[in-house]
Amino acid sequence: MSAGLVEVHGVHKSYGTLEVLAGIDLVVQPGEVTVVIGPSGSGKSTLLRVINHLERVDRGFVAVGGEVVGYERRGDTLRELREKDVLRQRTRIGFVFQSFNLFPHLTVLENLVEAPVHAQGRPRREVEAEARVLLERVGLSDKADARPRQLSGGQQQRVAIARALATQPEVLLFDEPTSALDPELVGEVLDVIKDLAHSGTTLVVVTHEIGFARELADTVVFMDGGRIVEQGPPAQVLDHPQHARTRAFLDKVL
Amino acid sequence: MSIVQDESRVLAPPPAQTDAATLAGLRVVPSRHPGRWLATAVVAVLLAMVVSSLVTNDRWQWSVVTQYLTWPSVLTGLWGTLRLTFAAAVIGFGLGTVLALMRLSRSPLLRSVAWGYTWVFRSVPLILQLLLWYNLAYLYPEISFGIPFGPAFTEVDTLSIVGKFGAAVLGLGLSQAAYSAEIVRAGILGVDQGQHEAAAALGIPRSRQQLRIVLPQAMRTIVPTSINEIIGLVKGTSVVYVLAYGELFYTVGVIYGRNLKVVPLLMVAAIWYLIITTVLTVGQYYLERHYAKGALRTLPPTPVQRLRWSVLAAASKVSGRPLPASVPPSYAVRSTLGAGHLFRTGGDR
Repeated sequence: MSAGLVEVHGVHKSYGTLEVLAGIDLVVQPGEVTVVIGPSGSGKSTLLRVINHLERVDRGFVAVGGEVVGYERRGDTLRELREKDVLRQRTRIGFVFQSFNLFPHLTVLENLVEAPVHAQGRPRREVEAEARVLLERVGLSDKADARPRQLSGGQQQRVAIARALATQPEVLLFDEPTSALDPELVGEVLDVIKDLAHSGTTLVVVTHEIGFARELADTVVFMDGGRIVEQGPPAQVLDHPQHARTRAFLDKVL
Repeated sequence: MSIVQDESRVLAPPPAQTDAATLAGLRVVPSRHPGRWLATAVVAVLLAMVVSSLVTNDRWQWSVVTQYLTWPSVLTGLWGTLRLTFAAAVIGFGLGTVLALMRLSRSPLLRSVAWGYTWVFRSVPLILQLLLWYNLAYLYPEISFGIPFGPAFTEVDTLSIVGKFGAAVLGLGLSQAAYSAEIVRAGILGVDQGQHEAAAALGIPRSRQQLRIVLPQAMRTIVPTSINEIIGLVKGTSVVYVLAYGELFYTVGVIYGRNLKVVPLLMVAAIWYLIITTVLTVGQYYLERHYAKGALRTLPPTPVQRLRWSVLAAASKVSGRPLPASVPPSYAVRSTLGAGHLFRTGGDR
């Protein structure tokens, strides 16, 4: 059906009097890679957090795989879901944080196993076997029993990506996954994300790595002041931007 | 090049590089600390005075102390103290955790009730609370169990539930809960917000988020203050003598009331309190170590490990046999600190 389709319709979000999202409309096709760029404070991270309902929207709605996130449709009303049901929805949406947020008191393997077993109720043996395959995929099969603080930043972020994949999500959201890393560690994390691109999972990546956007994105979205200024294929947005604001931003970062 | 040659060129510009070989051959004289030696001597003399007076002043009556240390009724009193401490700690920290979670809840009523509880139970002196609980039967002679504001299924005599022990446990436990709640709340607030978010983003159920992700990390700050509180509770049980409950302090009081050997019996109680606190302190060390997993890259060795390694290192030095692989190399290096240590980190040029 529409697994992996992300629809954002007329989303507004304010913190107090500060409007962070001022009417966002965005459709991400299943399996595609969308890269969101823009100056800090433009609402990129908030947009991601709204997609998996870490933040509630004030107006508008978000749907993933055709299912409205955080609400249930009954006739012509949207009823807010209980936290339990929101948590269930979230297992279909993976999230990778800028600061990794691995659980430091658990081993790498335990970090991966936690959600599939306790949020999805899948059998531990099956999940552990899968988790080891995932660790191999991110090149860390020998670190299963290490604790996060014993790993480098790049390794921690690769574990965080494996952890997000462990619930077999249809959509993966990356919130500046390489911004907290030393420059020489950025490549190893981007390589892992490249492997995921076009593997069937929808990726939405907020990043400042313009080279990565050019190479991998199906769509580049430029945001400023809580609005989408322009979007399109990288060749158009990055090389022939239509708006002055996009040009000004790209001049600064390129 | 030799030192003598260096001294002959005092006025010349400093040499471009030090002569590693010459410097390595020199004798190293540790710096002296006369102030430290003086302070040590003063403290040593004071310590000797204390010990000698404890031994030579026969009014301490150590023979009476040893006689009563394991006296059956003293041991019964000790058991009373341990029982009270355990029950009050379980109630205190169990209810305290619930109150802390209520304080952090999204319901304003739950938040206010938890705040009000802490306010009341921290404000009223413990001894007053104990006497109030002991007089519960005056306020409510019977306690009935049933539907609130509806019919009662069964009624019991208050005194049969809340006797001396019951009143003591309620008083100690409920007031402890007020303090524990703040400790647990502070611990939870100390956990990085990203941990809550990551758990929520993974869809982990809320109760498991708290029990598996947040609380274990909060324990690192909760444990030291909690053991502090439990040690306070052990000694706090002595206040229960106002209810004439047979804990350690009340028991020795009864005995010296009869035989008038006041000081030796107070020492008996003091020694037992010391022993309980020692056991708790050792427990605290290992508990802290357990919850440090993940917060530290490598755990520091335990005192037992350190002792074992030092003995093994010394043995291998004496016998000339190689050090067992389980001993960290730093233990071998430490015992052979020589002149060459100046260059151990810099390397030879």
